[in-house]
Amino acid sequence: MNEYSLTNLRELEAEAIHIIREVAAEFENPVMLYSIGKDSSVMVRLAEKAFYPGKVPFPLMHIDSKWKFQEMIEFRDSYAKEKGWDLIVHYNKEGFESGVGPFTHGSKVHTDIMKTQALLAGLNKYKFDAAFGGARRDEEKSRAKERIFSFRDKFHQWDPKNQRPELWNIYNSRVQKGESIRVFPISNWTELDIWQYIRLENIPIVPLYYAKERPVVEMDGTLIMVDDERMPKELRDKAEMRKVRFRTLGCYPLTGAIESEADTIEKIVEEMMTVTVSERTTRVIDFDQEASMEQKKREGYF
Amino acid sequence: MTSKKLNIQEFLDQDQKKDLLRLLTAGSVDDGKSTLIGRLMFDSKQLYEDQLAALERDSKRVGHAGEEIDYALLLDGLKAEREQGITIDVAYRYFSTAKRKFIIADTPGHEQYTRNMITGGSTANLAIILIDARHGVITQTKRHTYLANLLGIKHVVVAINKMDLVDFSQERYEEIRESYESFVTQLDVPDVNFIPLSALKGDNVVETSNRMPWYHGPSLLEFLENVHVSSDRNFDDLRYPVQYVLRPDIKFRGFSTSVASGIIKKGDEVMVLPSMKKSKVQSIVTYDKELDYAFPPQSVTVTLEDEIDISRGDMLVHPDNLPRVERQFEAMLVWMDENDMNLSTQFYIKHANNNTKARIDAIQYKVDVNTLEKSNIEKFKLNEIGRVVITTTKPLFFDPYKKNKQTGSFILIDPVTHNTCAVGMIIDKLSSKNLPSRITDVDKEKIAKGEPLIKTKEYQDKYNQKGETIWITGLHGSGKNELAFSLERKLFENDATAVLIDGSSLRSGLNRELDFSPADRAEHVRRVAHICKMLNDQGIITICSFISRNESLRGQVAEIIGEDRFHLFYMDATLDYCKSNKPELYKKAENGEIENLPGVDMDYETPANAKMIFRPEENEKNLDALLDYLAANKIFPAH
Repeated sequence: MNEYSLTNLRELEAEAIHIIREVAAEFENPVMLYSIGKDSSVMVRLAEKAFYPGKVPFPLMHIDSKWKFQEMIEFRDSYAKEKGWDLIVHYNKEGFESGVGPFTHGSKVHTDIMKTQALLAGLNKYKFDAAFGGARRDEEKSRAKERIFSFRDKFHQWDPKNQRPELWNIYNSRVQKGESIRVFPISNWTELDIWQYIRLENIPIVPLYYAKERPVVEMDGTLIMVDDERMPKELRDKAEMRKVRFRTLGCYPLTGAIESEADTIEKIVEEMMTVTVSERTTRVIDFDQEASMEQKKREGYF
Repeated sequence: MTSKKLNIQEFLDQDQKKDLLRLLTAGSVDDGKSTLIGRLMFDSKQLYEDQLAALERDSKRVGHAGEEIDYALLLDGLKAEREQGITIDVAYRYFSTAKRKFIIADTPGHEQYTRNMITGGSTANLAIILIDARHGVITQTKRHTYLANLLGIKHVVVAINKMDLVDFSQERYEEIRESYESFVTQLDVPDVNFIPLSALKGDNVVETSNRMPWYHGPSLLEFLENVHVSSDRNFDDLRYPVQYVLRPDIKFRGFSTSVASGIIKKGDEVMVLPSMKKSKVQSIVTYDKELDYAFPPQSVTVTLEDEIDISRGDMLVHPDNLPRVERQFEAMLVWMDENDMNLSTQFYIKHANNNTKARIDAIQYKVDVNTLEKSNIEKFKLNEIGRVVITTTKPLFFDPYKKNKQTGSFILIDPVTHNTCAVGMIIDKLSSKNLPSRITDVDKEKIAKGEPLIKTKEYQDKYNQKGETIWITGLHGSGKNELAFSLERKLFENDATAVLIDGSSLRSGLNRELDFSPADRAEHVRRVAHICKMLNDQGIITICSFISRNESLRGQVAEIIGEDRFHLFYMDATLDYCKSNKPELYKKAENGEIENLPGVDMDYETPANAKMIFRPEENEKNLDALLDYLAANKIFPAH
């Protein structure tokens, strides 16, 4: 390493900042989708870095499925307040009022109505022409092929066969009215990179990532935490306290916990290096059907 | 590779210092490319167990590898592609070892996927070219090498795979090596390395193999871990293409970008392109701390000591090291679009944070990527590559791609579909002898309609004058030339742009076939009037000194130039004055040796509506009067 070389993390950071600034420079109305997860926390820090000493020139939007862990919502609200973020919270009001949820409607219907449909409605409502997402290419097979500037037609659909070539660090941001670009500044980061960066930068994350005694129920081999009264009573009654943590965060009935002793970042990484299950397996939605993530992405989900 | 026991703190501290290597693999399923990548990832213990479990499930359903694990299924992401058994797009793969993190751009090998390989290779430091030891150097090998070279990838690893199928023969290895070397000398790849291996069996992939004792080099992974790439960037030529102007409040004005090349230091004198204004770097700001210097690819924000108007697309450089600033250049272009190239399209071009328009002026040749032969074609189709001439609407600040990837690369965007339809690597500016027409289609239409491309007002503002004609009439020897010449001198000194047109120089060249007959005198003057018109149309003042002996001739001149641009002055000299001034000429005329001299054997009609009448004896006064006239009528200066 000579004096003019960057470490992996600093090179990834520089790349992400370049991408974030490019969007701010070339789009009229961008938004950063904020999922409250660790990747989102990293994205927020990168955006702050990109525009320092100025403020980030676009809002954050959280698509609230109304089934998120309560701790996530608390974290979101206090974090946004502390940082002075312009935060939009959008949810599918109709779906919420008609009681759509994973226990009653199953994961597929719930995800479609409360996540995908809500996201599309939110994007349409504010007429965003670019939306940052925190997806990484190493998460899942179909994401490995996605561009950093990923074109979406006016129905927000991704066409994997018809992606724009993307070369060097020159990004094509031309869209017609109604079309948009999903932008993935941390495409090239791995899960380990994310943890390393959180550690290096001391970035706050939702405490659910750390192991703690929590009430969980075993459902189809997955540990689901009892987060509120909406979990059917017969399930709640089976709850027991176990020391668990979450590798990813989403809707609590769809996010499996893992038994763990890892209550620091170092322990989390150590556990990750030796773990027998990769990240997304604790997300129930990926197993609905073969290539289900690709299907969801075509429909407009990230 | 991470199995070496460290405590977690040590591990993380070490891991944090890793650097990043981006590599390209190109090859078809038959070469065992996916198997090789799968092996690299698997053997470096980065495959999680559940991914392996999913793999076993998939292999039984659609696998092509019989009972063995099909590593290719790890890599081919999309459902449709998996069913076809080929990797169609570019897939990015990540793995790390104790020394480095790797990003693999995995691209398909067939010719119809040239654009995918170009896409994947654009950011790569290194390319792995796979050769099947049974088949040796084939067309595909040459194509992949050519493309890697075109993209400026400095390190090539020739992985001679399936050595197990040729009994790990050294002879076969040497044969392939020689064959490749003889081919690669045609190109300009600085660093070529050969590794014999078997991806399927794992020989020389991660661990060096004992089945090829004649090979003394590193395994593929050892090589990838140790190849030195950080010096591949350009640290010499500062190019700081402003990406974003940061103005959080009135006090702070920062210019943000990722340093494209060179080093920018606090206190450096920098020049801003295109304005050429100079200032000094006041500070280099980042969220973490202020820096003393920044280098590529760091993303930073720079403030300058002086308030200079700088916007996105402008470039900061060192004043003694400038890029090309041109509207025209030659480039190697790769056509990426399903639709054929249309030469009349005005594309959007994106280059170094600059957006403007561009057109392809000429196709110099197409390169056959299999044979490297050049040929002439009318337009490019998908995956075709060749050398073109490009003209842009505003100047770009560029360097040859070979010297600087960041400022030598660009994309063309279709104005209708908004697709990235072509990508280019700049060779250099165009040598002047190859200059093609700079005229765009829109311009052609205007020209066809006789519409000028520059408005009168634009000239007026640029030259600070009106393009009009000062026409001085009078007899031969009347002193009109003296006035005309001294006016030209005076205007020149005052920074006006004026052209003096005098009869004798025209008669010695352009009008040399004309004599002094009345008809030819009229033709002579008519031509002068047209020259004046052209010059006036382009904002230039013309000063003319011609006898133009009668009203009808002068009327014709006024009509050609335009009545309101034609300013007639009369040098009123007596015939005696003229004779004393040019005695020889008048004597010849009086003796009949020459004919048609106005005032002698031909009438001279005094103008009835001259703007001013001058006396030759008062030349100094005349000049001042004429300059006053120009100023009063805002001919010069216009503002």
